[in-house]
Amino acid sequence: MELGIYSFGELIANQNDDSAKSIHARFAQIVELAKLADAGGLDAIALGEHHRPDFSMSAPEVVLAAIASVTTRLRLMSGVTVLSSQDPVRVFEQFATLDHLSNGRAEIIAGRGAFTESFPLFGYDLHDYDELFDEKLKLLLRIRDEPVITWRGRFRAPLHEATISPRPVQKQLPIWVGIGGTPASAVRAGSLGLPMVMGFFAGPEQFVSRVALYHRAAEQAGHDRATLRLAVSGHMYVGRTSQQARDDFYPYYSRYFQQAGLPFAANGFPRDAYDAWISAGLPVGSPQQVIDAIMRRVELLGIDRFMGQIDVGNLPWAMTLDSLELYMTEVAPVLKRETAAVAS
Amino acid sequence: MTTIGILGAGKVGTVLAGLAARSGYRTLIAASGDPAQIELIVEVLSPGTTAASSEEVARAADVVILAIPLGRLHTIPRAALAGKIVIDAMNYWPPTDGMLEQFERDGASSAVVAASLPDSLVVKALNHLGYHELEQDSRPAGAADRHAIAIAGDDEDAVRAVADIVDRLGFDPVIAGTLGEGARFGPGTELFGVSTTRAEVERLLAPAVSPSTRRSA
Repeated sequence: MELGIYSFGELIANQNDDSAKSIHARFAQIVELAKLADAGGLDAIALGEHHRPDFSMSAPEVVLAAIASVTTRLRLMSGVTVLSSQDPVRVFEQFATLDHLSNGRAEIIAGRGAFTESFPLFGYDLHDYDELFDEKLKLLLRIRDEPVITWRGRFRAPLHEATISPRPVQKQLPIWVGIGGTPASAVRAGSLGLPMVMGFFAGPEQFVSRVALYHRAAEQAGHDRATLRLAVSGHMYVGRTSQQARDDFYPYYSRYFQQAGLPFAANGFPRDAYDAWISAGLPVGSPQQVIDAIMRRVELLGIDRFMGQIDVGNLPWAMTLDSLELYMTEVAPVLKRETAAVAS
Repeated sequence: MTTIGILGAGKVGTVLAGLAARSGYRTLIAASGDPAQIELIVEVLSPGTTAASSEEVARAADVVILAIPLGRLHTIPRAALAGKIVIDAMNYWPPTDGMLEQFERDGASSAVVAASLPDSLVVKALNHLGYHELEQDSRPAGAADRHAIAIAGDDEDAVRAVADIVDRLGFDPVIAGTLGEGARFGPGTELFGVSTTRAEVERLLAPAVSPSTRRSA
């Protein structure tokens, strides 16, 4: 299986430590994390797009281009591209460019996004949330698959025999659909025969039905099961021992949810809820615990790529580096070995 | 036999439909469009329930559960819901719903829902647990590890009927008070997102409601 990391580049005010204090410093950190991940044998990095002051990585494809120039093997993914409020033509142009700069390592995860701030910013109506995504995803796929395109839709100017340049290095630029649990999103990914990334934090059980739905929708649309692909992304923290990892990570995780404005953490994330998430399968703990948590995702959902949010909550830099080191040296090799043994 | 209708075939709606069908209710579910579009979803996620149009669901059901994005509130078939118990399982949270002018202006989201359905009996319930908790924590009455769900409404008979439904769906009902008290278990409160026992739900409901939490519910 493949293992990777992802970041949103969020700036949470963790004052008295060595966490990044500006987006400028955060960008430098993210490029450094990518270099370490590339050298340490990981397979992919994803960067998520947001449009708010505390999550200020609004142009992840630009950061990925910087990463392309200092890495050689890491797959470079958006995670997610909020496609509903972007122009698919421009998205394709940018990722095709990234594909050249990286010698064929670019991938797009298209999603509707968990937050909605990009809609008013770019002049879209939230009432069209789903219709926007549907139309733009289909257009993006046509641009990928047809060198010359004529198209007409609701949310963008028509295209008449347009040639979208450059064409990427890869024969087919990978385009994933990112879902957060909405049933119709799993159906959409399956019907289009696209690979699907499932984003969740605690246990994988609730996604078993989404995988079933995805496969059924793909089958109904006539897609060969062998061409389908599943991945999971989610929060992660690896520490040396179980209890220490749990205690060290908690204050940053709690502040992250609180400052991100999530409705269940207005007063911080309750410790007992946090402990319950870990029991349910949140990959926070010793290397063995994290291996077990990821392995359960593999077994229950049939994924062959896992992406862990390595710096969630703008952790102190030393903690991020330790967690990454343990992930690369003690978690990833074991998972690769175990899944290879099962496959052969 | 009571018929339960669910408007919304997303994360929450599909789980509630499955629970209702397993609890012995005749259950109908609708998304915003053509029922054919959700047939596969219903078959896989909510076995034992029937996909229909919103209008058909609202007409045929004795009790209707609203589980749609609040921004689509204006699309529900109001007339067909007249005289019926309507359970508001929705929440208003601007970072994910976007700013909705009506909800910013008029306070508690249930009050806005109730105002838009003046001829229905609106009860707030099934909104403070996540969909996976609704699915995984349902237990038969009397189970030692049974969790509880808070309920608020102005009509006593309607609240009692919803309490009975919550009980059959697998949770202890805890009556919080009038519809305005729904603010005590909306987004931003300590109880929101927490799946826990009756005693704990009662304890978390107890503190006085501050103006800031009332606004966000």
